[in-house]
Amino acid sequence: MPDLLSEMKFRDPARARALAEALAREVKAIGRAPIPLMHVCGSHEQAIARFGLRAVLPRELEVIMGPGCPVCITDTPEVDEAVALAADGKVVCTYGDMLKLPGTVKSLADAQADGGRVEVIYSASQAVELARKEPSREVVFFASGFETTAVATAAVVLSGTPGNFSILSTHKYVPSAMEVVAEMEETNIEGFIAAGHAAIITGWGIFEPFARRTGTPVVVAGFEPLDILAAILKCVELIREGRPEVANCYPRCVTREGNRAAQEKLWKVFEVADGVWRGIATVPRGNLELRPEWDHLNARRRFRIDTSRVGGLEKNVLAEQCLCGSIMSGLASPKDCKLFGKECRPETPVGACMVSSEGACKIWHMYGGVPDLRGVG
Amino acid sequence: MAGDDRVGLRHGAGGRAMRALIEDVFLALATPVDGIGLAALDDGAAIRLGDEWLVITTDSHVVHPIFFPGGDIGRLSVCGTVNDLAMMGATEPIGLTCAVIVEEGFSRSDLERIRDSILAASREAGAPIVTGDTKVMGKGELDGIVLNTAGVGLARRVVSDAGLHPGDRILVTGTIGDHGLAIMTRRHDLRLEGDLRSDVAPLNGLVRGALAAGGEDVVAMKDPTRGGLASVLHEMAGKAKVGIVLEEQAVPVSPEVRAAGEVLGIDPLLVANEGKAVIGVRPGAEGRVLAALRAHPLGRKAAVVGTAIAERPGSVILDTGFGKRLLAEIEGEPLPRIC
Amino acid sequence: MCLGVPGKVLSVDGLTAVVDFFGVTRELRLDIVDEPVQPGDYVLNHVGFAIRRIPPEEVQETLALFDAILKVAAADDLMAADVKGEIAAGGEKGKPRA
Repeated sequence: MPDLLSEMKFRDPARARALAEALAREVKAIGRAPIPLMHVCGSHEQAIARFGLRAVLPRELEVIMGPGCPVCITDTPEVDEAVALAADGKVVCTYGDMLKLPGTVKSLADAQADGGRVEVIYSASQAVELARKEPSREVVFFASGFETTAVATAAVVLSGTPGNFSILSTHKYVPSAMEVVAEMEETNIEGFIAAGHAAIITGWGIFEPFARRTGTPVVVAGFEPLDILAAILKCVELIREGRPEVANCYPRCVTREGNRAAQEKLWKVFEVADGVWRGIATVPRGNLELRPEWDHLNARRRFRIDTSRVGGLEKNVLAEQCLCGSIMSGLASPKDCKLFGKECRPETPVGACMVSSEGACKIWHMYGGVPDLRGVG
Repeated sequence: MAGDDRVGLRHGAGGRAMRALIEDVFLALATPVDGIGLAALDDGAAIRLGDEWLVITTDSHVVHPIFFPGGDIGRLSVCGTVNDLAMMGATEPIGLTCAVIVEEGFSRSDLERIRDSILAASREAGAPIVTGDTKVMGKGELDGIVLNTAGVGLARRVVSDAGLHPGDRILVTGTIGDHGLAIMTRRHDLRLEGDLRSDVAPLNGLVRGALAAGGEDVVAMKDPTRGGLASVLHEMAGKAKVGIVLEEQAVPVSPEVRAAGEVLGIDPLLVANEGKAVIGVRPGAEGRVLAALRAHPLGRKAAVVGTAIAERPGSVILDTGFGKRLLAEIEGEPLPRIC
Repeated sequence: MCLGVPGKVLSVDGLTAVVDFFGVTRELRLDIVDEPVQPGDYVLNHVGFAIRRIPPEEVQETLALFDAILKVAAADDLMAADVKGEIAAGGEKGKPRA
């Protein structure tokens, strides 16, 4: 079967070594350090950590994870809304990663343990099917994820939903967050690695004004080790040449215009709105909310959600020490957080970054941080 | 958060949490024995009996689904116990016990199907079922069926899981991740169809051959059940106070298991195997042990996958082929990622 | 976001397809992929929806892209090597001996 074998070509260690060596030379040619690059995708961080790529990157290069974990940037009040709905007798459907995300006091898993109906689903269409199977229950889909995932929610809305189905949208729009990070004085990011799957939908053209305005190159990357190494190399080349352009290193999946049909569906159902991203504060145009014509499907309009009953007004002391915000903006790394690995572990998470499989802290914890294992074994 | 005053599901998943529970709660039951007792937390116990060792092991089986591609709870129980005996060096079981607790309403024909599996596996392994017990609990008091098997065998030489030294080579007897991913693709509401089959099999014949070829150069053995290859390597590394470097590209994984792992976002190194063993041998012995394994039908895909090192004792380092990273131990069940 | 393994379409029924991921099959929705999908095509999965039809020749094109990026980097290095050569030939005035 050719497909898996072809993908395996994108894991060829020999090509990877060649790319890593070329990277080392380019970085040397730039002649300064550190050179901070930022990626904005949990799956990129997963791949980098899983394949041990940081061990082959030149030490002068910092590849920082920005706000690319859709679970991590879901704000506590939003989780409280979902928890309140579950406590109030609604059936809440959620992607698995959101289950353990702490709200102000409780997560959806806690709500489940307290007797609420919380169902883990793997596709938005499953939530609709559940609603059809249980017409006497109100079924609310806690719709999390970035624009790529929002497209799936939009598709489901447009193909018709039963009367007992509604959506609590916590979808987010990444390009807006990139703007925020690029404008932060402390970050100094010299190049961005853009998420390949989101770009399949949006196209790479949307980054052109951003690259011009901020003076930083943007390179779209796929998710295999070679995809990532090649994209990093391309980004460093653009930095060396002083070219704030957009390059597409994932041509097998990403085009300039993107998937127009998907975009149409997305904007038929959603619109951007200012939002609060957990730990990063306000991101103008950072949230995706249901358009007014879909009010009847909007859980926030359909129900009176009272989060005070689920601790919406309490203070969470540990959470105040949580560094997720700085970590997500690329200002700190998990090891900088006093709680990392101690009070905050995957089984007892304090911050969102430790909950999600795309969260920097979870990934670092799972893959042992970034120990320099170059000389070992 | 769910505190430690309640037992959670993660305490049964074979990883760090389970070991912590055992160490905190059950280790107090241990008393010194002439041999390997409870305190060693090995696959079984080995008690000196004259110039041989009496090896004893027990296991309870609660797998769901009860019937899965490649086997069922009956086959799993027999093989699990036969393999635990084999991992300690007792490759000719004297006898197995089989205790059954059944939920009221359980299908009689299912019970007989399980019995047939137990019989077949017992014959395959040459391990007779010599005694048992039967209980029935009320509807809802138990999830279907629980089997407990205990096994007894004699060994001339006991192989523990704590015997690695720096330089020792690590072998696996075949493809990794088969059982766990076969179960995963069936169990969750993932809407996956596939041909993944459990590898559940009795390993005593295979191990007998390896021990004959390797002799005293076989220094550690363990079967990577719950928690997978990662868990076993962590245990071996921790108990022997060595580091282990695992070459990811050398670990045999079938293409179907690899693909299922990618689709679900689950690493085959972290899920259960029920027909494989991890064997540590002194440097230089890996050639003949590998040959003996590959000569056996259950060991055709055996491979040398790693080495014990002196640095970083207790750590397991994965060489991905691109770079090195630490190999994690899972906490609780590996859940499929959003995919 | 996830590491989607491209799957091969086995059958199409209206807006759903059965996709084979090397032995493991799954149903995917075709609502958002922007091209018609037929059995034999490769598609990328995201939360149960196909988001892209991957033309088979793209794999080769991507590998060629990587090689091109490598060549550019190597060419720069060749230039750097030339420059270094010139400096060495002219003697490194004012620089401390190694």
